[in-house]
Amino acid sequence: MEALVASALGLLTSAGVYLMLRKRTFPVIVGLTLLSYAVNVFIFAAGRLVTNLPPIIDKAAPGYTDPLPQALVLTAIVISFGMTAVIVMMALGAFLEAGHDKVDMNDDAEDSPETLK
Amino acid sequence: MMGHWIIAPVILPAVLGALIVLFMRHDLLLQRVFSLAGTIALTLIAMALVHAATVDPPEVYLLGNWPAPFGIVLMLDRLSALMVLLTGLLALAVQLYAIGTKWDARGRHFHALFQFQLMGISGAFLTGDAFNLFVFFEVLLIASYGLMIHGGGRDRLRAGVQYVAFNLVGSSLFLFALATIYGVTGTLNIADLAVKVQNLPEGDAGLMRVAAVMLILVFAIKGALVPLQFWLPATYANAPGPVAALFAVMTKIGAYAALRFGVMVFPPETAATGTLIADLMLPAAQVTLVLGSLGILGAATLGRLAAFAAIASMGTAFIAISAFTPAASAAAMYYMIHSTLAGAVLFLVADMVLHRRAHDALTEALPPIAGAGLISGLFMASAIASAGMPPLSGFIGKLLVMDALRDSAALVWSVILVSSLIAIIGFSRAGSTLFWKAHASAPLDPPAAPAQPQAFVAIFALLAGLVAMTVLAGPIMGWLEDTAAQLHDPAAYIAANRLPEGS
Repeated sequence: MEALVASALGLLTSAGVYLMLRKRTFPVIVGLTLLSYAVNVFIFAAGRLVTNLPPIIDKAAPGYTDPLPQALVLTAIVISFGMTAVIVMMALGAFLEAGHDKVDMNDDAEDSPETLK
Repeated sequence: MMGHWIIAPVILPAVLGALIVLFMRHDLLLQRVFSLAGTIALTLIAMALVHAATVDPPEVYLLGNWPAPFGIVLMLDRLSALMVLLTGLLALAVQLYAIGTKWDARGRHFHALFQFQLMGISGAFLTGDAFNLFVFFEVLLIASYGLMIHGGGRDRLRAGVQYVAFNLVGSSLFLFALATIYGVTGTLNIADLAVKVQNLPEGDAGLMRVAAVMLILVFAIKGALVPLQFWLPATYANAPGPVAALFAVMTKIGAYAALRFGVMVFPPETAATGTLIADLMLPAAQVTLVLGSLGILGAATLGRLAAFAAIASMGTAFIAISAFTPAASAAAMYYMIHSTLAGAVLFLVADMVLHRRAHDALTEALPPIAGAGLISGLFMASAIASAGMPPLSGFIGKLLVMDALRDSAALVWSVILVSSLIAIIGFSRAGSTLFWKAHASAPLDPPAAPAQPQAFVAIFALLAGLVAMTVLAGPIMGWLEDTAAQLHDPAAYIAANRLPEGS
């Protein structure tokens, strides 16, 4: 299970970083989202991977899984969700104002909106 | 003992911000009154906190009365109280300026976002828990996204997207670092970390090193340390003037967190990290300083000049922090207070010039602006403060930093002195283009100056703060040296957390 989670994390992170380096805002946002998924799984794994154990100390159960990373990951999910909503709105605003969705600032001379269509 | 007052700097702006959105969103006057009153109250509470932190040892505030390290704690010590007070004073001046220039009327919800921003900044300074620090970082960031694009406009929105994207990457890195630290030590309480990182089993040292460097990278992003400074010039140059002035304290949060963690959790005698953090931070800080100064010299617009001055000041602050000695930490604190006020003045003056000039490019001389005499004087004062020339406190700050770093004088002193010279030339060039050469061009009738008494009061108040820091440098340094001593001897801070034995 460790190998599976680790390779999934690696794949998510590398895909996220690749997309983040693109020059349009849409792939950048998708890349940031993938990166936040990778982070969430990573936080979960920081509490050690166990199966079929309750997140509280129970005398009947053979052990317990650390509940704290679950609380942390919940916070992280909420925050990354909110932040993604913000950047989507801002990117949309920038796209409507500028007429294109390129990320860098100093491109207006060579790339008029027409050439990008 | 302050008891529940410790959480007041977080609760007050949070409640006020929500009330402003809910009940006053159509009445700008009501927003202004309540928001200004809230900021004044925040400053007064911060003064009481500074007094309490001075006479008492560090004090813990248990949220929900859950004991540390399981519950989240707020920690009041001299450093955190000082930073909250600095935030309050800066916010007061900035808010006055925003009201005086009617910046707050150019978009909606300025005052609500401003209060949420203050909530995040105060919380980040007061928290005693690493994950809670992340949460408050996000609170202040999400408010800063709204403030940064206040007033709208194409370039501002596009710069805003870059700013958000950069900070989302920083947040992801922060979470990776926190998860690694939690995986190794099983705690995120700062006092508990300070104990556990010192007694780490040898096998975990490698993981801890990775986590420590990732954490410092996050603080370097916030503090605009090279090579992670790329977000700053475009963001600050495109943000509204008063917002950029408020952001002067945001870069200091990165410096504050680096100081807090570098001194308390990963001091140079830690077996796991050793001097790794200092070894990485010092060269980066020197490059930051040089790059900032060259940016001042080469900036094409006044906004970017002020932004590069902010980068240069962070370079100096990080040089002092990276020594991790009590004397250098005290010098770093002094310089951080100074550069917050000086940076804010520079951004506000830049905004005044931009307001009265056709554009803020430094490449051509334009006819004189309205009120050029007074504004050029203010620009000169802010340039002197930012470049670190006598008689203002920047000179004392740089002197203290250099004095604290006698050991590596050859390199550090030459970097600081040469970069100061470059900065002085850069400021002179900008000033002469803006104000002197203006008289050579066609003497049109200057347009009528808009009366903005509050805006000038705000700038003069910040300058008065710089003068006070110069005149009272002795007592202030005495207080800061005690603060640095408290930071470097975390026994009292750890004891205040009342950690369970043998946890």
